[in-house]
This record gives sequence, structure tokens and C-alpha cells, in this order.
Amino acid sequence: MAFAAFGSAPAKEHKTPTKSGKIVLALLMPGLVYLGLFFFTPLMSLIVTSLEVPAASGAIGEYEYGFAWQNYVTVVTDYMPQILRSFYYATVATLIALLFSYPLAYFIGVKLRSRPMLQRMMLVLVIAPFFISFLLRTIAWKQIFSDGGAIMQFVYSTGLMSTSDHFLGTDAAVIFGLTYNFIPFMTLPLFTTLERFDVRLLEAGSDLYASPAAVFRKVTLPLSMPGIISGTLLVFIPIAGDYVNASQNFLGSSKTSMIGTMVDADFLQTQDYPLASALSVLLMAVIVVLVSVYVRRSGTDDLL
Amino acid sequence: MKRFSVSKLTLPMYSALAMVFLLIPIVYTIAFSFNDSTKRTNTEWQGFTFDKWLGVCAKPDICESLGNSLFIGAVSTLIATVLGTALAIGLVRYRYRARGAVNLALFLPMATPEIVLGAGLAGLFFNAGVGAGMTTVIISHVVFCLSFVVVTVKARVQTLDPVLEEAGRDLYANPNQVFWKITFPLLLPGIVSAALLSFSLSFDDFIITYFNSGSVETFPKYIYVAAARGVPAEANVIASAVFIATILLVLVAQINGAIKRKRLLKK
Repeated sequence: MAFAAFGSAPAKEHKTPTKSGKIVLALLMPGLVYLGLFFFTPLMSLIVTSLEVPAASGAIGEYEYGFAWQNYVTVVTDYMPQILRSFYYATVATLIALLFSYPLAYFIGVKLRSRPMLQRMMLVLVIAPFFISFLLRTIAWKQIFSDGGAIMQFVYSTGLMSTSDHFLGTDAAVIFGLTYNFIPFMTLPLFTTLERFDVRLLEAGSDLYASPAAVFRKVTLPLSMPGIISGTLLVFIPIAGDYVNASQNFLGSSKTSMIGTMVDADFLQTQDYPLASALSVLLMAVIVVLVSVYVRRSGTDDLL
Repeated sequence: MKRFSVSKLTLPMYSALAMVFLLIPIVYTIAFSFNDSTKRTNTEWQGFTFDKWLGVCAKPDICESLGNSLFIGAVSTLIATVLGTALAIGLVRYRYRARGAVNLALFLPMATPEIVLGAGLAGLFFNAGVGAGMTTVIISHVVFCLSFVVVTVKARVQTLDPVLEEAGRDLYANPNQVFWKITFPLLLPGIVSAALLSFSLSFDDFIITYFNSGSVETFPKYIYVAAARGVPAEANVIASAVFIATILLVLVAQINGAIKRKRLLKK
């Protein structure tokens, strides 16, 4: 999918020879067993833990098996603000990332086709943020938007904001950071789709007297749907689970706590494992629903 | 059709500006690695110096965390690349009924928020009585690197013509020779990109590491903790050095690929 973009040169695909047997098992088994042990078992373990009850001894951090589905009620009532905020941030940031990335991916994928070298270089620059520490690039934005920084000084001088107001710590600052950090996850899949897009279809559209806007709406946009959908998934999901951008030491404040903030607090600080697990299971359930909608629409072959 | 118009320039201009925007924090981070900050924090520009680059290990804990991150990145990448390459070959080359399920099983780890996987693994290790440390970090990193390796290598396997391997077999090469002399060299560029991606993901991971590393310091953990009181310029030096090294590797690979493609097209 997305990362195929820098996996190899585009070339024609060869048809799959039908063969099966021991060799497939030998190739697939080690990886699948690994995922079984360290991906699916942890998810199962989260579900079990989410239903546990405090141990009879009453010691902090000790729980025993139970069927305390009330944990989910507690999580939903206590953490409603964080749950809503996480999905609100993720929705807004995903939309901005899409609007930001689409023209860029179109330029690189369609307009730069005749210049493969420049196209590759632009692609490398798009993924460049991946290669510098996620935490440090977020801190860089924090310092750029600090009250004493040039940008805020300018904003204060225009009178748009009073000096008692700050940008850091607001919803907008967190959404800004989240959007920035996940933009490449949107641009790459869009690029992969638009790169294969047949431009002759555009000519056909305008030959048939469609306005540029109509061509875009009726031809370009529907054909970019696979990229839009996988980009949306790849951006929305990690954002919904992120809490670094929203942390007080980064771009957020105590008013921007997200689902991740609460899981971290419950798991690592108050050692309330059942609540932390119930919250994680809820988040995962939403993600599974989103992924299955995608699978239903596009099948599993284009997932990877 | 060739007439000058402002609207023709809009898209290139926008793209250039978008690129500049994406690169701002990178330039900022690299610039501040040369900041002559005497205070513990590195927020105000105080003059240019090479001192931080020459004496990165003046802060011993930062160097230790770097060493750990490099080690974790290398070991997890090795394991993930071997497992992932085998999976990619198996997925593309063979047909079987459970294909959809296998695709889904490989996609889900990419679609799982880090906080869920981090908490899940921590719970699993905790329940199994395994103390968090180097081993648990490496196990966790392989989980999220694996799928990205599969995706990257798979793209390369799809471009591979099975006829080449048949030719090898026709010339009496045994399966071992076919793999190492034909398949592997042809897949190598994909495997290298996959390893590079896997290493960057592991090296930069914070959330999953935070839940599963116990007392093992990694570079992102160091920055996260330091963010509360101010991150020293030495951290910028390390991030900048890693950035420059990776980007050079990627550029070399891309230019190499472009030259090869040109040569192939000429023939």
C-alpha cells in the first residue's frame, strides 16, 4: 500500500503461479506464529484484563479474573471527554492532512511524471520528517510557537490575540502538531494511487465538454478513492491513539488530554490495569469497525 | 495550448511551499544542534558552535540511550526483515485459501494504535511474570516493524519475473542456489528499503517502548523525560546525525535505482 511507494521501481506485475505445500508453510509460519504470540495474544490479554476485579487483598495494582463489564461503563462515563476529544482531533487533523496532501500528491504523482528524478527527490523530501526524531520535531514546533517566538510576537502585535492568550496548550496547537506529524502517511498512499492514474481520462472528459471542476469531481476524485481511504485510515488511527502531541510538555495542556493520556495514567501511574485495558479495547473496537468497513468496500488484496 | 497563466503556476508554487512547511522543524532541529547554549535548555539562539557535535557524550546518559536505541533498532530490524521477507515471498508467490485472512492478520498490526499494542504487550509480559527490559522492547519492536517490512518487500516481489527462477532451475541449480543467486539479489533493493524503514520506526518509537522497556533508556525516552525540564542541544546533534545518515542512504538508493532504470530503458 502506502510504503510500496519507496519499496521499488514501478514495473508490471507478474501473475502468481499456483503452487502450494510445505514451502508456503515454511515461509509463512514463523512470521504468523510470531504475530499470534505477540500481537493477537496481547489483544486477547487486554480483553481478559479489562474484565478483571480488584483482588480480595485490596492491594494496589492487584486484580483477579472476573467478569466486571461495569469497567466499560466506568470508562465511558469517566473518560467521555477524552474519548470525544481524541476522535474530534483525529477527524479534524485527518481532513486537514487530506486537503494539504492531495494537491501535493497530485503534483508529484501526475505533473512530475516526465521528470522521474525530481519526482523521486520530492518523494524523499515528503518522507524526510520520518527520519528525524518525532519528539524533537514536535518540540521544534513548540519552540517556534512559544509566546516569545517571532510568530507569536507578530500575532500579538497585530492585535488578533491578546498577550494573555497563548497558542500552545490549545486544541488548535495539538491538532496542528498531530496533522504535521502524520501528513506523510496521507501523502504517500495518495501518491501511489495518483501515480498510476491515466491522464488520458482527463482529456476524454474535457473533450466531452466537461468543465475542469466537473472532470475533477467525476473522474479524478472517484479514481483517487483507494488512496484517500487508505491515507485516511493510516492518519486517523495513529492520531486517535497518540498522546505525545497533547502532552503538557509538548503542544498540549491539562485541557487537551486524550485516550492515550488516560491509558498511560491508569496503566503506568495508578496501576488500574482493568480500566486502562477497557479503554484500549474500546479504542481498538472502533478501529476494527473502521478497518472492516474498508475491507468490505475494497477487499483484502489492497490492504498491504 | 501553451499559454502562460497564473493558474498553471499555482500547483508547483503550492507544492514548493508545502515542502518548505514540511521541512521547517527539521531545519530548526539541525540549526539548534549548533546552538552555543550554556543553559540546560536549548530554546534561545546563543551563537554558533561545533562543540555539541564534538562532545556529544559530554552528557553520558544521552550516549547510553543512543547506544541502546541503536542496538534495539539493529536487532529488531534483523528479526523483522528475515520474518517479513519470508512472509512477503510466501504471500505473492503462492495461492492458498486463507489469503484474505493472512492479509488481514498482517495489516492489523499497522492499524493498531501504539497505545493499544503497548498496553497489551505490557499486560502480557506482566501476567507472564517477564520483567520489562531489553528483551521485551525488542520483542515489541519486531511486532510493529514486521508488517511494514512485508508491505515494502512485497512490492518488490511483485515486480520479479518467475521466469528468471525457472531459467535457473532449468540450468540444474538447486533451490538453495536459485534463491541465493537469483531471487535474493533481485529482491535486495526492496529488502534494504524495508530494513531502513524498520530501523527508523524502531529507533523513533516512543509509546510502545515507554510501556515495555522498564529501566532501559532509549533515545526517545530520554527526550520525553528531558522535555519536562528542557532538552539539551546534544539531543539535537544525535537526531540530526541520524537524519543526515538516513537521508543520504535513501538518496543514494533512489539515484542508484534511477540510473539503473535509465540504463534498462536505453537497451
